[in-house]
Amino acid sequence: AMDTDLSSQDRKDLDKFIKFFALKTVQVIVQARLGEKICTRSSSSPTGSDWFNLAIKDIPEVTHEAKKALAGQLPAVGRSMCVEISLKTSEGDSMELEIWCLEMNEKCDKEIKVSYTVYNRLSLLLKSLLAITRVTPAYRLSRKQGHEYVILYRIYFGEVQLSGLGEGFQTVRVGTVGTPVGTITLSCAYRINLAFMSTRQFERTPPIMGIIIDHFVDRPYPSSSPMHPCNYRAGEDNGAVYPSVEDSQEVCTTSFSTSPPSQCVFTVTKAHFQTPPPVVTDTLKVPVMGLAFSHQLSSSRLSYQPAALGVGSADMGYPVLFAGGLNAAYPHQLIGPGKEGGVPPVPNQPAHGSQADQERMCTPLEGVHYSAATPSSSEDTETVSNSSEGKCGSPHDLLETIFIRKVGAFVNKPINQVTMANLDIPFAMFAPKNVELEDNDPMVNPPESPETESPLQGSLHSEGSSGSSTGNTHDDFVMIDFKPAFSKDDILPMDLGTFYREFQNPPQLSSLSIDIGAQSMAEDLDSLPEKLAVHEKNVKEFDAFVETLQ
Amino acid sequence: PLSSRCCAPSGAAPAMNCRAEVLEVSVEGRQVEEAMLAVLHTILLHRSTGKFHYKKEGTYSIGTVGTQDVDCDFIDFAYVRVSSEELDRALRKAVGEFKDALRGSGSDGMGQISLEFYQKKKSRWPFSDECIPWELWTIKVNVVNLANEQERQICREKVGEKLCEKIINIVEVMNRHEYLPKMPTQSEVDNVFDTSLKDVQPYLYKISYQITDSLGTSVTTTMRRLIKDTLAL
Repeated sequence: AMDTDLSSQDRKDLDKFIKFFALKTVQVIVQARLGEKICTRSSSSPTGSDWFNLAIKDIPEVTHEAKKALAGQLPAVGRSMCVEISLKTSEGDSMELEIWCLEMNEKCDKEIKVSYTVYNRLSLLLKSLLAITRVTPAYRLSRKQGHEYVILYRIYFGEVQLSGLGEGFQTVRVGTVGTPVGTITLSCAYRINLAFMSTRQFERTPPIMGIIIDHFVDRPYPSSSPMHPCNYRAGEDNGAVYPSVEDSQEVCTTSFSTSPPSQCVFTVTKAHFQTPPPVVTDTLKVPVMGLAFSHQLSSSRLSYQPAALGVGSADMGYPVLFAGGLNAAYPHQLIGPGKEGGVPPVPNQPAHGSQADQERMCTPLEGVHYSAATPSSSEDTETVSNSSEGKCGSPHDLLETIFIRKVGAFVNKPINQVTMANLDIPFAMFAPKNVELEDNDPMVNPPESPETESPLQGSLHSEGSSGSSTGNTHDDFVMIDFKPAFSKDDILPMDLGTFYREFQNPPQLSSLSIDIGAQSMAEDLDSLPEKLAVHEKNVKEFDAFVETLQ
Repeated sequence: PLSSRCCAPSGAAPAMNCRAEVLEVSVEGRQVEEAMLAVLHTILLHRSTGKFHYKKEGTYSIGTVGTQDVDCDFIDFAYVRVSSEELDRALRKAVGEFKDALRGSGSDGMGQISLEFYQKKKSRWPFSDECIPWELWTIKVNVVNLANEQERQICREKVGEKLCEKIINIVEVMNRHEYLPKMPTQSEVDNVFDTSLKDVQPYLYKISYQITDSLGTSVTTTMRRLIKDTLAL
C-alpha cells in the first residue's frame, strides 16, 4: 500500500513529528487560554527541547492529558485529536466555546520530503496556530477570566463533535500540511452566539474561597475525559497528584543539510526528568484569586529556561542520533546530492549487524555534525534558485562522512569510536542513572532492519523543490534585472528593469478587441447607405474641390 | 477582502514569480501604528526562522524562535510577534515614519505600507547586485476622523475585529505553501536571509511606503530601505 514508498526511517520520523506536533498543538491552544500573556525567548543556539525550532513550553499536566487522550495513537482518518475549550461560570453554567481539531485526511503527497519539508511546514503551521489562537472570540474571554468564570480545556481523540457549539458556529482553518501518509489539517470551530455572556453585567464579586466544584458536566459521552482548567491554583490542598512521568520525554534538535533535504539529520535526546507535582486535579477548583497560577507556570513564563523546570531538558538523558531520510542501518551511505540513481562507491560497508548496534550520538546542545557531500559552492552558480542544489562533491567528499559520537554521562553500553568531546551536559547530575529503558528503546537500539536498500538510491537527484512547495517550475526562472551603468533617472525614480516590468503589459486597445471591432463594423455597415446618400447630395461640391486640385 | 496576483514579466527572460497580497484597513489616527505593527509582525512571524549555524560539509542547525503576546492600547486586539527586540525596533521605526508621513500635510489620510521579501543575486562588476522580490505585502490604510468618544469606542472594537480578519487572511496565504527561496548554503545565506539580527533570522525584507495626496495620485515621498539594500551605480 502506500507505506512501501516511504522508508521505514522516514515513517518513523514522520510518526514522531506528528506525535510531537499534536502535543505542541495542545500546548499552544491551552496556553493561549490561560488568561495571561505568553512570552518565550528566542535562542540562537538550538536547545534540545525545541521541537520545530519554536520556543513552546511544555506544561506537564497538559502533556499528560494529551498523551492520555491519544493513548499511543496518532491522528488518522476518522481519528482526530480535539481540544475543546469551554467556559464555566461561578454559578455552574457552562458553555462550549471552541473545538480545535487536528485531523488527517487521505490525500497523500508522496513526493514531499519528510525530514525537511514536512518538518518546516509543521513549524509554520504552529506559528499560524499561535497567531490564530489570539483572534478567535475565546481569546478575549480567556484574558478576562478569573472572577466570574474560568476557561476549561478537554482533550479527546476520535470523532469530532461540534454540536455543543450552538447554532451558526464558524470555522477557521489554521492550515494544512501534506505528508506521504495523508494531509494534516488544523482548524477551529468556534461559537459565535455568546449572547448568554454579553447580557450579563459582570460586577466584581468577591472571589470564591476554596470551594471544590465537581465539574463533570452532562456529556453525551460517558467515557469522555474530564475537563481541566486552563489556569491553576497555587498548590494548596491537592487531590490527586500526577505521578512523575516515568517514560522519558523525547526532545529533538534538528539539523539540516543544504544538500538535498533528504539529508536532514536529527538528534533525539531523551530526557528523564522529574516533574514537580502538578497542581491541577481532576476536579475543577475555582481559583482563590482571580489570577492565581501555579508556581511552575509563572516561573516558566518569566524566562524560558527549560533546564530550570526540569522539563524537556535536552541536557539530560543520553543523546541518540538518527539520520532522517537515511536508512539507519547504513549510516555510511550518506550519499551526496546530484547523483541520478546509483550509489556512489562507499568506502566502508560495515556489516549490517554492527550498524544496528551502534549508537550514534551527538551533543545535545548543538546538533548534528556530519552530513554528506558538500554541495558545490562554486561561485559560478549565480542563479539564486540553484544556490543549494546538489552539485555533487567528488567521491572524496563522501569519504569525509564523519560520525562524531559523543557520550552522555550515563550511557553504559560499550561503544566504539567514542569521542569524549563534550560532557558538559548541564543538570546531568539530576538525571537518574536509569538505563533499563534504554535496552528496550528502539531509538537506542534500532531494531534489525530488513535489507532495505538505501532510500536514497531511489531518488538521488536533488529535488528541485526542496524548501519550496510545489515550486517545480521556479528553479528554472531567473530574474534578469537590467541596471545599466549611468542609467539613473531622477525624474522617474525607478530603474529600467522596474519600468520595463511595470509597463510591459498595458491594457489592450479597445479597438483591437474583437467584440468592439465587430460591433463597430456592423454599425459601419448599417450607416453606409445613409452616408452614401449624403455624399451623393454633395457631389457638386466634391467635383469643384477636385477641380481646384488640378 | 484579500486580493492576490502574481506579477511576472513575460519578456524574453524567464522570471521568478513574485506574489503580491493586498490588505486594507480603515483606522483612526492613533491606531495606525498598532494596526501596522500587528500585521507586519504577523507576517514576519511566518517569515522568520531561528539563526542558522553552519557546520562542516553543508549541515546547519537552526536556532529557536521565541514568541510573545502584544496587547494593543488603542485597539481591542492582541497579536503574537517574534521575540526579537531588534526586529521590533526596526518595524517600529518604519511604522513610525509612515505614521508621521500620513499625518503630514498634503495627505488625505490615505497611504500604503509595503513589506517586500526579496533575494539577492550577485552580479559581476560593474553591475550592482540585484534584488529579486518573491513576495510583496501591501497594506492600504485609510485614516478616519472620529467625532466623539462613543465613536472611538466602537472603532476600537471594529478595528479589532477587522484585524482578526486580516490575521486569518495572512495565515491563509502562508498556508498555501507557495514559493519560498531554497535553503541556502553558507556562502549564499546572506542572499536569502537577513543575518544581522542576533536572535532570529527573517528572510531579506524591505519596507517602503507611499502617501496618497488629496488628488488621489500617488506621490512617492520616500523609499525607506531598512536593511541590506543595494545601491545603484
